[in-house]
Amino acid sequence: MADSESTAGLGRRSFVTGVVGLLGGMIAAVVGLPAIGYWLGPSLEKHETDAWVPLGPVEAIPEGEPTLFTFSRTRQVGWERSATSYGVYVVRSADGQIEALSNVCTHLSCRVTWKPEQNQYLCPCHDGRFARNGAIVSGPQPRPLDRFGFKIEDGTLLVHVVEA
Amino acid sequence: MAARVFGWLDDRLGLTGIYRTVLDRKVPKVNWAFTLGSATLFLAVLQGVTGVFLTVYYVPHPDQAYDSINYIMNDVAFGWLIRGLHHWGATLMVITVVLHMLRTFVYASYKYPREITWVTGVLLLLVTLGMGFTGYLLPWNQRAYWATTVGTSIAGTVPWVGPIIEQALRGGSDLSTLTLTRFFSAHIWMLPAALLGLVGVHMYLVIRLGISHIPAADE
Repeated sequence: MADSESTAGLGRRSFVTGVVGLLGGMIAAVVGLPAIGYWLGPSLEKHETDAWVPLGPVEAIPEGEPTLFTFSRTRQVGWERSATSYGVYVVRSADGQIEALSNVCTHLSCRVTWKPEQNQYLCPCHDGRFARNGAIVSGPQPRPLDRFGFKIEDGTLLVHVVEA
Repeated sequence: MAARVFGWLDDRLGLTGIYRTVLDRKVPKVNWAFTLGSATLFLAVLQGVTGVFLTVYYVPHPDQAYDSINYIMNDVAFGWLIRGLHHWGATLMVITVVLHMLRTFVYASYKYPREITWVTGVLLLLVTLGMGFTGYLLPWNQRAYWATTVGTSIAGTVPWVGPIIEQALRGGSDLSTLTLTRFFSAHIWMLPAALLGLVGVHMYLVIRLGISHIPAADE
């Protein structure tokens, strides 16, 4: 045995070890590589959609005070239809200007609430504060509140919802 | 460099010692039938790996079990492969376990000093069949539902305690959500835990005692 190993260069023992290692690696790859795709699966899929969601007659929106509108949209996720809720603060000023602000905090996606007595939006998670028009007052958030596109048709306010 | 890193680890972990003890064992001259245990172990590991991946999408609920498996088969990348391996691996594992037991019996390997290896092996056979039985219900299709109805009814024919066993298996008098969740629990936690412990003892004994030789005609 020792003789054959020294003369042949590659002995029977190391040959078998190598073949076992190679086969094992191939089997691991056959299961392991597809498993990566399997696990990532739907998480990287894109289903971009958009919709104009009616919020109601513009005239009914109080002037001056930010008003929260909520709605949810459902879509097929996996084998089920899942609902996503949205919140839009509509600010209608006396001169007819309208702003539609998302209530999603730009810091880490908690939801902000309008506090009339403080005249600002407050995010309860990390004390982020935004002014009436969505500008940063104080806190860790990197940018002002996001805005929805909107339009008015036949006196009805519609906001543009884009889903990734 | 790699040799130095390995040497450093080896001094502390004893890797060479483990390798020698587990893989470089002295074995008598035997035939291919003696690889059935290793084949079973390989399939058990494969079932574990593919099973863990199936739980990424599978939901053990009557409303969603079938739909979630449909989703795995038709919509998830390589879902058909992962579930296919698990499905066929299960069948194959029962076959290799039985052949492994036949080989042990025919070559009289169960005799002294390997009786406990045999006993743990019989328990492993039961656990493997239990895995097959509990896994069969999980797709919650017609075949699964009625197979489990029949299987649990058979358990109910045991004298005296049959009805209790049947209801304990079903989690009530009929098949329901409770049956599905307890079969799922048994399939992914209880039976694998038992399997792991028993495989540990079984393998320890194989390594400690070495494998048996093929008996001579006059033995």
